[in-house]
Amino acid sequence: MAARPEYSPRERLLGWSRDRPALAAGAVLALGVLALVAAKGVHDVAQTALYGLSLGSIYALGAVGLTLVYGILKLVNFAHGDLLTFGAYMAYLANISIGLPVAVALLCALIATAALAVLFELTMWRPMRGKGAGLFQLMLMSIGLAFLIRSVVQFIWGGQVKELDVDTTSTVQFLGLRIGETELVVIIIGFVVLSAIGLMLRLSTLGKQMRAVSDDLDLAETAGIDTRRVIILTWVFAGALAGLAGVLAGATQTVEPNLGFELLLAIFAAVILGGIGDAFGALAAGIVLGLVIELSTLVFDAQWKLVVGFVVLILALIIRPQGIFGKAKAI
Amino acid sequence: MLPFALEFSAFTDAGFWVGVGVFAGTYVLLALGLQLNVGFTGISNFGQAGFMAVGAYTMGVLTVESGFSFWLALPLSIIAAMLFGILVGLPSLRLREDYFAITTLAAAEVVRISARNLKDVTNGSEGLSCSQTGDFVCFDDTWRDVSDGIESFLQSLGWSDPESLIPLLLVVWGFVIVLTIVLKRITDTPWGRVLRAVREDEDAARALGKNPLVYKLQSLAIAAAIAAVAGWFLAFNIASIAPTEFLPIFTFFAYAVLILGGLASYWGLIVGSAILWTLLEATRFIELPIDADQEAALRYAIVGLVIILLMAFRPQGMFGKREEMVLGE
Repeated sequence: MAARPEYSPRERLLGWSRDRPALAAGAVLALGVLALVAAKGVHDVAQTALYGLSLGSIYALGAVGLTLVYGILKLVNFAHGDLLTFGAYMAYLANISIGLPVAVALLCALIATAALAVLFELTMWRPMRGKGAGLFQLMLMSIGLAFLIRSVVQFIWGGQVKELDVDTTSTVQFLGLRIGETELVVIIIGFVVLSAIGLMLRLSTLGKQMRAVSDDLDLAETAGIDTRRVIILTWVFAGALAGLAGVLAGATQTVEPNLGFELLLAIFAAVILGGIGDAFGALAAGIVLGLVIELSTLVFDAQWKLVVGFVVLILALIIRPQGIFGKAKAI
Repeated sequence: MLPFALEFSAFTDAGFWVGVGVFAGTYVLLALGLQLNVGFTGISNFGQAGFMAVGAYTMGVLTVESGFSFWLALPLSIIAAMLFGILVGLPSLRLREDYFAITTLAAAEVVRISARNLKDVTNGSEGLSCSQTGDFVCFDDTWRDVSDGIESFLQSLGWSDPESLIPLLLVVWGFVIVLTIVLKRITDTPWGRVLRAVREDEDAARALGKNPLVYKLQSLAIAAAIAAVAGWFLAFNIASIAPTEFLPIFTFFAYAVLILGGLASYWGLIVGSAILWTLLEATRFIELPIDADQEAALRYAIVGLVIILLMAFRPQGMFGKREEMVLGE
């Protein structure tokens, strides 16, 4: 009988957290929140966390589409942020310029952004895949596209800040907490849509096909999946979600040409944290990142939000580049 | 009357070409580092504007706020940019190419946002400007003296009235030529061959006992150092150091230069930069009924289009060698 190797408590803890990265991350997060509660009180923390949920919904909606495209097409789409911008401006066009109600404007924005995403797939990404373009070529092309979309938006609507016709002053009170009506609507829409996405990916045939294609495109094709159709539908899905995220961001903040790009790096952080190609991971990581970034304002000034997101990204890269939900593998 | 009337007189104006020349030279410098990274090492550094910002701000803050000598601040700013490059590279260069691209882009944004937020040190979004009148210290005081020296030297040679930017033009292009030759030579050394080996096949390089991470970090640090030099010249040119001068898009101005010129071709960068900046500066002289926002949008759209079209139809650029190009698997 072989002697069992002796592990020190430290090694045992490290081994445990390596096997259960999501639990370990949750434990670290819980400790951080507890420390904040001890320092700032339950009320402040809960109040800030509410706004964190609103920001997190926006990140999660952006991240799900980005991670699916990333996983399925191996395309690091730096133009994803500008799809959000485009969505926000489409809502502005329908809501303010034409005068439709916000809910209708939201639908218009979803459809228009999904159509734009499909248009780029047909005119750029599919031909480039046909040519066998490499990762760098596609990355750089998506950046060129990002600047092109933003310039067209800025050319048409100018650089000034715009606002959608939403109520930004009324608040709702419950349990002694106060939240803006718009933020509450954002949280509700975000959670309903995100749950629907989760169910769709888990249960529907299309969702299973998407995940299969994301795992291994060639294998999925061999298994009889119409990958072309799945890819187009993935773009519809990614575009619509990006449009939705853009409108929600535009409703809670303001509409400006840089709206999407300023969210993009945090969305990328959520994608990496959740494990590239993992829609559930992106969804959870988006919400967590929103919470962490918003809670950080209790400690640091709000103008450092983006830097906090970056620090989380760097920590994730050092500790677990395959994402907190990803399987252990070399990257 | 034509709304699109072009002022052709602008193109015969020496001042226009001197302006184009200074910008073009600065962006050749910025793209030189990218050539070493992308063309020879195969790492996609998307944060070159951030390294340029670290260089410019270190130079500016040390001379204006801390009272350092200009000549000491210059090498220190290079060291700062290199250290920042290593700091960013250490966690991200071990990983796949795309992680590195995202991290460098994010790092550059962190530099820019920090510069905007640290108002006590960097004067926030207004930045360090030399345009105020009166008697005060600015980062370019010593540079002005050098520039005046060069100008009077040119006058003593019989050039009666050189443009005020001519000295800067000469110094920038002097750096371009020297650094191009230096980079060309070091990429032909055994060290340069290891870089290419890392680009072609990391595992093979590792099997031969070369640690790819070390070589990638060196490549990145050198690119950051050259970006710092480009940062000085940008600051001297517009007499200010402000966050908006280091937006991520300026990294991709340099990428447009890089792929116009061609991957793995150092001299191509000069042609690429000359073409891009003639195109960009010429937009100022096309009389379109548009405002300043739209004009800026037009310039960004040109850069975006140049990048998309080149990547689609000629990814190796004008003078690039296809066999030297590794664009993913």
